[in-house]
This record gives sequence, C-alpha cells and structure tokens, in this order.
Amino acid sequence: MTLPLDFIQHCQTLVGVDNVIADQASLRVYECDALSAYRHLPELVVLPETVAQVQALLKLCSEHRMPLVARGAGTGLAGGALPVEGGIVLGLSKMKRVLAIDPLNRTATLQPGVRNLAISEAAKAHGLYYAPDPSSQIACSIGGNIAENAGGVHCLKYGLTVHNVLQLKLVTIDGELLVLGGSGLDAPGYDLLALAIGSEGLLGVVVEITVRLLPLQPQTQVLLAAFASVEHAGAAVAAIIADGLLPAGLELMDNAAIRATEAFVHAGYPVDAAAILLCELDGLPEQVEADSARAESILQSNGAVEIRKASDDSERKRFWAGRKAAFPAVGRIASDYYCMDGTIPRKHLAAVLKQIAELAEQYQLSVVNVFHAGDGNLHPLILYDGSRADDFQKAETLGGKILELCVAVGGTITGEHGVGIEKLGQMCVQFQAAELQQFHRLKHAFDPHGLLNPGKAIPTLHRCAELGRMHVHHGQLPHPELERF
Amino acid sequence: MRDQDLSEPIRQQVLEAIAARRPLRIVGNDSKAFYGGDCEATARLETAGHSGIIDYEPSELVLTARAGTTLARIASLLAQHKQMLAFEPPSFGGQATLGGSIACGFSGPRRPFAGSARDFMLGCKVVNGNGELLNFGGRVMKNVAGFDVSRLMVGALGSLGVLLDISLRVLPMPEAELTLAYSLPADAALTMMTALAARPWPLSALAYDGQQLRVRLSGAAAAVQAAARQLDGEVDLYGDTFWLELREQQLAFFQQPGDLWRISLAPATPPLALIGDCLLDWGGALRWLKTAQPADSVHAAAAQAGGHAICFRGADKTDWIRLDPALLALQQNIRSAFDPLKLFNPGRLQR
Repeated sequence: MTLPLDFIQHCQTLVGVDNVIADQASLRVYECDALSAYRHLPELVVLPETVAQVQALLKLCSEHRMPLVARGAGTGLAGGALPVEGGIVLGLSKMKRVLAIDPLNRTATLQPGVRNLAISEAAKAHGLYYAPDPSSQIACSIGGNIAENAGGVHCLKYGLTVHNVLQLKLVTIDGELLVLGGSGLDAPGYDLLALAIGSEGLLGVVVEITVRLLPLQPQTQVLLAAFASVEHAGAAVAAIIADGLLPAGLELMDNAAIRATEAFVHAGYPVDAAAILLCELDGLPEQVEADSARAESILQSNGAVEIRKASDDSERKRFWAGRKAAFPAVGRIASDYYCMDGTIPRKHLAAVLKQIAELAEQYQLSVVNVFHAGDGNLHPLILYDGSRADDFQKAETLGGKILELCVAVGGTITGEHGVGIEKLGQMCVQFQAAELQQFHRLKHAFDPHGLLNPGKAIPTLHRCAELGRMHVHHGQLPHPELERF
Repeated sequence: MRDQDLSEPIRQQVLEAIAARRPLRIVGNDSKAFYGGDCEATARLETAGHSGIIDYEPSELVLTARAGTTLARIASLLAQHKQMLAFEPPSFGGQATLGGSIACGFSGPRRPFAGSARDFMLGCKVVNGNGELLNFGGRVMKNVAGFDVSRLMVGALGSLGVLLDISLRVLPMPEAELTLAYSLPADAALTMMTALAARPWPLSALAYDGQQLRVRLSGAAAAVQAAARQLDGEVDLYGDTFWLELREQQLAFFQQPGDLWRISLAPATPPLALIGDCLLDWGGALRWLKTAQPADSVHAAAAQAGGHAICFRGADKTDWIRLDPALLALQQNIRSAFDPLKLFNPGRLQR
C-alpha cells in the first residue's frame, strides 16, 4: 500500500522534509524492534521534534484514519514497535532532552527519547538516581520504558516504572495534550498515570515524563552463593524473602548460564554449580552489614555450597559482570536465541524450571535460565538455529508452552517485556473473553477508531477463537483445566 | 462475621440493578461515607459480608482477601509473620474494609518512602456494570499483561465496578523504628524535610504538626541507631502514637472546626497563602488544611502552586474536587467503558 501523496506532504510540512523518511533503504531501519524475527516495512517514518508537532501529527492521522506506531529506541523484545500494515511509524528519537532536574523535589523531567541510563547520569551530580534499570538501560528510552512498564534487577526493592513516575504528558489521538499525575504524589480522579504506564502505545503518545529520583545509597554489597541444585537455590530465594530481607537485587543463573557467561567475561563463577544466586544489599553501612550477615546465614542453612562476599567494589562489579553480560554470552554459544518473559509465584521456581527442562528436551532445544528470582520473573533463553528449517517455529512453540506453564501455576505471560505481537496467543490463555472485551472497551474510550498501535497487546476475540497462536496439538488444548471460551 | 464468598449474590444484585436501571450505593462498613461527592443512589449494595482472607503466603509477600475483610484483621494476620500493609491505610476505628480503602486509595505517612495503595495493588476481581465477573492483574509482583485495570480501580470510588477480591503486595516490618522530633517554625521544617529526603537516611515518615517536625527512621536496629546519632534530634518516646494518630486522623488538629482539605504538591513547595491551620505529611508533599475559606480559593491556591486540592471532609460537597475539562471528558468515557448505565456510586466521583 502506498500512502496518499497529500498525507506525506502534509507530514513534511508539519515536521520538515528532513524528518520524514519515505525511501525503502532508510525505512529498513524501522522494520522491526529487538524481536527481529518479525518484520514489516513501514509506509512512512515521521520524526517529530516538538510536542506541538506530535499533536499535529496525531490530529492528521486521526483525520486520515491513519494507523500509527510510536517508537522509541526500538529495544523492545515483544514486537510492540513492529510497524503495522498501511500505517506510519512515529519515531520519538529526536525528542531526547533532559528538560529539568529538580533536586529539591527529587524529580527529573524528560522527553521520551532520553535513554534510561542518561537519567541517572544527569541526576548523579545531585546525589540522586533513577531506580528502574532494564537490562537494555544503556540504549532503551524512557518513553519505551513507560510503554512497557519496564523493570530490571532492582525492581524487587525499588519497583517497576509505574512506581517511579509522577507525571506524564500524553497526546491523545485527537491531538489533545493531557497531563496525567501531578507534581505531588497523586492527582485527582482516576489514576490514569497507572493506566497509561504499560499500555504499549495503545492509548496515546507520551511526550514528556517526570520521574521520581532516589538518593544514591552509600553502600552496596553483593553475595554470590553457589548451589548443587536449582531446587536449593529456589528454596533459598523463598527463605530470604520470608525472613524479612528485601534485597536490592536477587538474581539466579542456572549451570548453562554460568558456563556461557564465565567463558565470555571470566567473572570467576563456579562453573560446576547447578545454580548461583547473586544477592545485592544496599543502604547505610550498618544496614548492609546487618542484612549481609542475615542473608549469609539464610543462604548457608538453605544448602549453599559456597558463599562469596565481594571484598571491594571491583569484585562486586565482577560478580555482576557475568549476569549483565548473560544475554550476549548466550549469543556466543547459539546462532539465535529467543528470550521469554514469564512471572511465577516464587514458590514454584524449582518445579517450573524442572518442567522447562522437560519441555526443552521434548522440543530438542536448549534453554538457558538467567532471571530475576526475587520477583519470580523468568527469562528462559531458548537456543535455536534460524538457518535450520522449522527451528524458529519450534522455539516459538516451546516459548508459548513455557508462558502457558507460568499461567498454570498462577503467574503471568509477561513480567516486563510486554505482550506486543509476540504473546497475543497467550493473552487468550491468561484472560477470559469478558476481560479482553473490557480491555477493548477501555482502548475505545481513548482511541475510538483503533489507530494507535493496532493489533498489539490485546488480542481480538476473533483471534482467540481461532486458537491460531494457542499451539493446539491434535485438537488438544494446552492446560485443559483452565476455563476458556 | 463468618467468612463467605458472596461474589455470585453480589453479581446477581448488579444484574437486577441493570434490569431495573437502578443505581447502587456500594457500602462496606461505611467508615468513609464522608469522602467524595454525594452519592445519588439510594439502593445499597452491601459488601461487608463478602469477607475472608483467601490466600496469604509470607514468602511470596502477597495477600489476597475479599473486599469486606477489615484492615484490622489483615494487619493482625500480617503482624504474626512480621509483615505489614506498607502504605499504612487508615482503619477509621477498625471499621475500614479492604475494598473501601482501595476504592478510596488512602495511604498513610509511610507513602513517600514505601509507596501508595495503588503501588501495592497486584490484582483484583470485580463485577463491572454489565454484571460480568472479571479478573485483572494477578498475584505476582511483575505483570504487564493487558492494561493495568487493577490500579485504575484504586481511588475510583467504586465508579468502575464492585471490588470483590483484592491481591496486594505486602512488605516485611522493619526490625526497628525510632522517631526523632525537632521544634521548628514551618518554613525551617519544610527545608529540613526536603534536605533529609534527598539523602539516603532510612526514612519511613516525615511530618510537621505546626510545632514539631517528626522524623521516623526504620530498618535494622544498628542502622536506625547510627542514623539517629548523626541526625541528632530528640527521641520522641511517643512517636509510635503520633504516627498512629496521624494515620487515623485522631490528632487534635483533625478535631478542629472547619472543612478539612487535602492538598497535594511538590514537597518543597513553600507554604501556601491560605488562612487556616496546616499539617504537613509525606515530607511536605501532602498538606492537610483546616479552613473556613471558600472552595474556590483553596482550589486556586493549590493549582497555582502546581498541585491540587480535595475537600476531604466538608459540609459542601459540590466543589470537593476539580478536574481539567479534557481529563473529565476522558474519565467519563472510561466510566462508560466499565459501567455504561452509570449504576455504581453515581455522584461519588462523577455522575
């Protein structure tokens, strides 16, 4: 489909010719996000530089009934920024200024294209930082973090994006600018701030964000505990939480992940361990000392075969180096991998990991596990070879099974990456028809013509009814005990 | 009262109300009837009987309970496992129910440091205005599947649906707590609160009652003691009572005559030029004001300072809250998406 010439010209008038991309080669850059298995060439990419331009563009799209996909840095892992057929991409990468740091009120006001890590860099001079730290924080934009309600290692103690944002300026599909939230800690009426965060670009386009900043902690300690079995590591996680400790980070790596990362960054990990836990504690020195002693004792009584305590800052960084490089490390041992993102109640950790291993064997694919154990957010990495026929499809089917397993034990199909196009099928497993219809009615309240990121995040009932992505094998539904429609 | 699941009877009542086009006033223990606009419905939908703790696992930091369960009962169970509702909701004489507290979205003194009611909301079961039983969110901390309808329910005053079951994140109780007090004038108290909150002290509350600034420290005993030594304040032996009375609105300040306003501002905002007595909570981000000034003046002063005002307890409910017209229109669309016949609590938050 080719867009009407007058529409393209109108876009050029609104944002300038240089900010409109229409040639095939340049459009290629925008054909996918970090879920690169799905690609679609957009018809047009528009790169506004001001709020007024975003407002005008949305109004134009509304008048032309033109679908659009807002895009930040494109680091999303669920295809949320995948261009839609016959639609345009609204790239927000040129809106990347830190508008203000307010040390007295401990806030930063940002344009959506500001990188996550750049916020803490800008706040550092005031002894402050922005807590949510997705693994892609060096590249991902705060606008994208808002769209996905991104998390990271420190979520267990400091919360997700939704817990750390005070105000959003949102442009509606009609081009109206709304202020959600406030300069204080709440706003009157419905909590639209909470609703907008994690809405995957379906309700409006965020053009300005005010986040909460926290004081930098004076001391941080990391413990590395090795276990002879994943079950013991899982039990240790539950014991730490039940004992009243709230670590800043509690991360688990299985043996495959330990070996892959050790070969890559040489962090000194015990490569024979079945699993390692990294437990980070922060606060005043007295708090860290007390918490470390407690954590050490709990780890010991829960079967840790070895516990190392970072003796200085460089050792602490080395402990983390492996965890932080886990994804590229796995990239070295497999030509392709598919990163999943389910959350489960922590008590099921060991059982779910065991079932993932069984599923992996069944599909004859390897799975590497490295994840946020403290909040039950799993990230199984399914290794496959994209050059082999059917390998991706097999990986995708296995991924779907893993997410359905998460739902079956009382968890969810996505903890921090979002649904995008990737998990639409599993949305039909997690939610009933009436709930999905309620989501659609809510979407309609913001966007009656369904122009904002259509086809993402919330599946149509038609799609669910077709069971198209439910991986039905020989007519047998997965988890038949779950009610469906 | 014995535990019982009244989900289906409550849904039936909603279906009958739909058939009769009869608006409903949702009532738990009615401990917060003073709050919000005047409800125009006369027919009552009772939820207090829908009570009981459905699931609680200390190692998961998650509790699920029916809406009619009292906060007092929940707090007592959590305390047995040294855990708590960290947003410190007021229990209004032990009457407040979980459903009402979430519907009102109230949070106490710990809010700036631990989070608000909505921050701890994980999932809920509701009946919408079509009489459908719906589940949103879940029982895990990280969950970004679908729109975050659970958090949207917090503070919606029941206008989007009848809350039935609610899952909340809970937190460990701190090992130790200590309150320091400083006698200061208002502007100096505000400056000190701002300075304290910018440093990594183990804070869990900061409030100023017009005479004394109180600073609550929470954490490991050694850390609390170390912070107290460095902060060099006078230890308030009745600190726990103060925070309880502040949370429950039992301090003498709350008993004075006049409308009680709740003003939300950026914490470092200088004192507003409004006549009346003011109490500062949330490190300055929440200002309680007792005044006889007209609603118009209070709303205008709060808006001019970049915040907003809500008449929390007042004789005249007509102007208790103000919304930007564009936001109001959107909120009406959202209400219609959940409750097209406007059956639930009409007038309480909006018609």
